[in-house]
Amino acid sequence: MVEELFVSGHRACAGCGIATSFREVMKAVGKDVIVVNATGCSEIVSSPYPQSAWKVPYIHSLFENVPAVASGVSHALRSMGNDHTQVVCIAGDGATYDIGFGALSGMLERNDDVIYVCYDNEAYMNTGIQRSSATPWKAATTTSQVGSAVKGKPQGKKPILEIAAAHKIPYAASTSVGYPFDVAKKLKKAMGIKGARFILLFASCPTGWGLDTAKSIQATKLIVETGIWKMAEYENGKMTGVFKPGKRKPVEEYIKLQSRFKHLTPEDIAAIQKEVDASWTGLE
Amino acid sequence: MKKTIEGSEAMAETVQNCNPDVVACFPITPSTHIAEDLDHIYSNGGIRDFIPVESELSAISALIGASATGGRSFSTTSSQGLALMHEALFNAAGMRLSPVMVVANRALSAPLNIWNDHQDSVSERDSGWLQLFCETNQEACDAIPQAFKIAESIAIPVMVCVDGFYLTHAVEQVDVPDKELIAKYLPKFSPKVKLDSQNPITMGAYAFPSDYQDFRKDLFDDLNNSKADIMRAHDEWAKLTGRKYGNGLFEGYRLEDAEFVFLGMGSVMGNAKEAVDRMRAKGEKVGALKLRSFRPFPGEELAKAIAGKKVAVFEKAISLGGDAPIYTELTTAALEFHPNVVISSFIGGLGGKDVTVEVVVQVLQKIKGQEPLKEWV
Repeated sequence: MVEELFVSGHRACAGCGIATSFREVMKAVGKDVIVVNATGCSEIVSSPYPQSAWKVPYIHSLFENVPAVASGVSHALRSMGNDHTQVVCIAGDGATYDIGFGALSGMLERNDDVIYVCYDNEAYMNTGIQRSSATPWKAATTTSQVGSAVKGKPQGKKPILEIAAAHKIPYAASTSVGYPFDVAKKLKKAMGIKGARFILLFASCPTGWGLDTAKSIQATKLIVETGIWKMAEYENGKMTGVFKPGKRKPVEEYIKLQSRFKHLTPEDIAAIQKEVDASWTGLE
Repeated sequence: MKKTIEGSEAMAETVQNCNPDVVACFPITPSTHIAEDLDHIYSNGGIRDFIPVESELSAISALIGASATGGRSFSTTSSQGLALMHEALFNAAGMRLSPVMVVANRALSAPLNIWNDHQDSVSERDSGWLQLFCETNQEACDAIPQAFKIAESIAIPVMVCVDGFYLTHAVEQVDVPDKELIAKYLPKFSPKVKLDSQNPITMGAYAFPSDYQDFRKDLFDDLNNSKADIMRAHDEWAKLTGRKYGNGLFEGYRLEDAEFVFLGMGSVMGNAKEAVDRMRAKGEKVGALKLRSFRPFPGEELAKAIAGKKVAVFEKAISLGGDAPIYTELTTAALEFHPNVVISSFIGGLGGKDVTVEVVVQVLQKIKGQEPLKEWV
């Protein structure tokens, strides 16, 4: 049995997808690692002084600077002759898509020897479910509310994986917490490569999504089975693989699980289905 | 070895000779040559690492990561760049890390202005960094190894503050401390705790109300107590090189029997000393006092040094909506320790406005009256 390096006793909500995802990530990465964590749910639930859920070296600095802190850790290790310890960033979608976006681009462009794992639960959950640029179209959050004039987030989701890959880094991949073997496979693959590696990890948030905690993992599978979320791989800027879910399920099966989408009209759902269908052109 | 060299280049060579593990710089406008010179050194194998980051916030953040990993880490910046680092400056100090920065002091926008004043560093006085201000490029080069020694021994980061242009772009004779000399002075950086996969620890945990204030008080106390560490680092360097700057906290010039004193920081003190000499030649009992350590502020020691005198505090920084920072702190210290002084506040030199010997003479003439003054010059 592989040792747990992100251990129980943390303060994550029931059904939290990110807590499960960290177990998956850390089991794949192993002990020879330094974790650099951005402010957010992951940090708040795991490191309240004097407790810590991390059995590996761990640093949290600020919200927006985690890629640069990781660059500093990585450069210091290599400069002092350590060429083996992996540096793994763990940051949410807010830290990655929004406030740390410039620092992320800088780290990727420099091709620093860092594995960046973004757990994407599609909003600022820790602070009360505010919209981020990872929040999907129409989703209700506390800053993209459903009112008489505006109904949910007017914008779509920023294509962060494609943006990361466009830096022509050696490896960029997306996965989902519902597929632990895929998570492990991609982390292991990333570990065998030097330079900047980016892993986008879809993680559920029952609290923020209005999702039954018992269906947390089911949702992270359904988003793949419906084709809304692609588990893809890019090497040096080019797509080299994508997981094909077979006959895709209707997007409605995923959407109807969550109260953040309960105001969607049949026309809205049809529009999402159409966009998902179009996104698979040439891939199936 | 003494050589004729630009200040920026002399400081870059000194940093090289301190054997840093990680250097991270962003060359914002305004910039000095320090970053370029360090990259030149890196490109020729003179330092092991140079991260060309995409912003100053990332520069200081890289230093946070490097220092937490046990690496000797250095950056340099100015004005807007330092302001952009603001959040991370507090974080580096709060995490008790040991990076060193040279801040080439320059004015803050708006209006945009690239020239010297002290508003950038002074505005970061509460960030938890030590701030050592330098009068000359020699003093700056001497302060850099001291800064590493202090920062790494007490786990508090240090800013070496040098006047933009007046020092960074000045070509003059400097005895750049060489590798052998610095190796004798500066021990290997071995922090008590660091990120190490053989010995996992958690750094940067968040603290509840029950603990947060205790962490802040620890840092507060250690920063105040660092006066002794600054003086010790200064004295040890003086023993090796013969170069000393007062007691390491401040330096008096013809101060003892002076009745009227010009107190300031940085390169303006060169002109201040010249002004004192000219006035002394005419029999006037004037002196100068150069503040080297702005953080920690040596209030009690300063108050003792100026007891019974009339003092003009000359500042290249302001506090909008309040009195000037050094004036405020010196007045408080005098009230507490030696109330028999008359302290006046002079603001000048903002955004590169020239502070000539004549300006210093005028300031010293003005404080001869009974009432303290508050003026812009």
